[in-house]
Amino acid sequence: MHIQQLSVFLEDRSGRLTGLTRILAEHDVNIIALNLAETTDYGIVRMVVGRPGLAKEVLEKAGFSIGLTDVACVNIPDEPGSLYQVLKILTEENINVDYMYAFSNRDVALAVIRTANIPAMTEVLEKRGVKLLSQCDIYQL
Amino acid sequence: MQQNRIIWNPERECAEREQMHQLQSSQLSRMIQRMWDHVPFYRNRLKEKGIEPGDIRSVDQLKDLPFTTKDDLRQNYPFGLFMVPQSEVVRIHASSGSTGKPTVVGYTRQDIDIWSEVVARSLTMAGIHSGDTIQIAYGYGPFTGGLGLHYGAEKVGATVIPISSGNTRKQLQFMTDFSATVLACTPSYAAHLGESILKEGISPAAIKLRAGVFGAEPWTNEMRKEIEKLLRIKAYDIYGLSEVIGPGVSMECECQCGSHIFEDHFIPEIIHPETLEVLPDGETGELVFTTVSKEAMPLLRYRTRDLTRLHREKCECGRTLVRMEKCLGRSDDMLIIRGVNVFPSQVESVLMEMSETSPHYQLIVRRENNLDTLEVLVEIDEKNWSDSIRELEGIKRRIEQNIKSLLGVSAIVRLVEPHSIERSEGKAKRIIDYRK
Repeated sequence: MHIQQLSVFLEDRSGRLTGLTRILAEHDVNIIALNLAETTDYGIVRMVVGRPGLAKEVLEKAGFSIGLTDVACVNIPDEPGSLYQVLKILTEENINVDYMYAFSNRDVALAVIRTANIPAMTEVLEKRGVKLLSQCDIYQL
Repeated sequence: MQQNRIIWNPERECAEREQMHQLQSSQLSRMIQRMWDHVPFYRNRLKEKGIEPGDIRSVDQLKDLPFTTKDDLRQNYPFGLFMVPQSEVVRIHASSGSTGKPTVVGYTRQDIDIWSEVVARSLTMAGIHSGDTIQIAYGYGPFTGGLGLHYGAEKVGATVIPISSGNTRKQLQFMTDFSATVLACTPSYAAHLGESILKEGISPAAIKLRAGVFGAEPWTNEMRKEIEKLLRIKAYDIYGLSEVIGPGVSMECECQCGSHIFEDHFIPEIIHPETLEVLPDGETGELVFTTVSKEAMPLLRYRTRDLTRLHREKCECGRTLVRMEKCLGRSDDMLIIRGVNVFPSQVESVLMEMSETSPHYQLIVRRENNLDTLEVLVEIDEKNWSDSIRELEGIKRRIEQNIKSLLGVSAIVRLVEPHSIERSEGKAKRIIDYRK
């Protein structure tokens, strides 16, 4: 099981990120998690949102370059060592993490993980009993 | 039924060098006389050089004659260079001058006949005949593309769809419903039509195209391959400029080894853009044309600003006409960066080979501490970009390496958002030079 993450290519210009979030606000799209990776020239915003299809449509209309990327969203207990348990599995299976970002809100901890082969990773994790969120779960968060 | 010709005018197109030389010489001396008699501008220019009409007997003397430039045309706007009275002019075309006044050209009845003849030769070169249906998607109007192709296509007896440019949906409908076999337009519009066919999900079987005649803007061989793949056709380069006559100054044959110049009407020379000396065959320089048969507005050694080279060996197709290579660019577009000549088209050919970027780019040149720097902005491909920084940085490095190895200068590449590079009239503005 995987979910779709919204990726946005942003040139390094002032107000771009504000403009992006304004459009999502206007269309009532909730941002569950957000990560901004920057280089000297540009940034990549990666977001997990409630309605990725709608978000993509309205952002493209506003002139943003949007990609939908498959990622896994793992649901782990909010306690020491739980992320280690997940990553240990990936290492044992020789799966390399391209990037990830995580957050917790006291009862639940979520980690968004991108690897080259998403189906292979999700199969491994599910087989080992790691709970993965679906697009539907995300919508209800 | 009339048998299809392989070469439209073998007598002229396959003439022996000696025979062509004689024809050019007699036409040139006749034209100098008429210019002297009827166009004060040319008479003054010849006088300044101490030349009288009787002096010119051979085409070998071309190198002694004065040049004509685009600026001369502007100064004599609109009809100052016409050689015949208005009553003999049957048509006027004008090119959209992006700076200043448009360039105006006139045609007599005979000029239109010659133009139709050279376009008929061009289409025949691409194997086009009376059995073809040709969709002309060049603009009709003061621009020479539409009507130029039109008259030549009618001359070979093809069925003409004079659809003009734009309205992509209608283009695709006519193309399929009328079974067009040939498309004539600018290469960028051909690529756009090819992409639209894919996007609309039109079945390849519904498209009957087999050849394309493309010109009016510079395009690279990489772009040719792209168009040929998209439209499943053979793409031919037609060259021309309105000042000389319009499309049909030269054309590629099936060997695709340069364009044959119809030198019985338009005599080419290659000169050094700065010293103005004539360069030998095979050397790159500015292309210059002398029109020797045009009546309404002949040109003496007109500097096209297009850069190319000439080859005179006989072509496999049997034609002896001199060939010009694809234009490398305009001498106005050429940048000199740290002493190296750089053309925007070279950057384009690097980008066309990469699927992750679009061929939209901009060159920014600065001088920092007396050293020229080249920055290249490249739009990422709207549909096909990776959100992994590692991959994006890899693409950037690959472009930088390819530019370095092809152009011989190092550049700093910056990836930018799609559609962020300013476009004027649909075309991207290619160069910003802060050194000037």
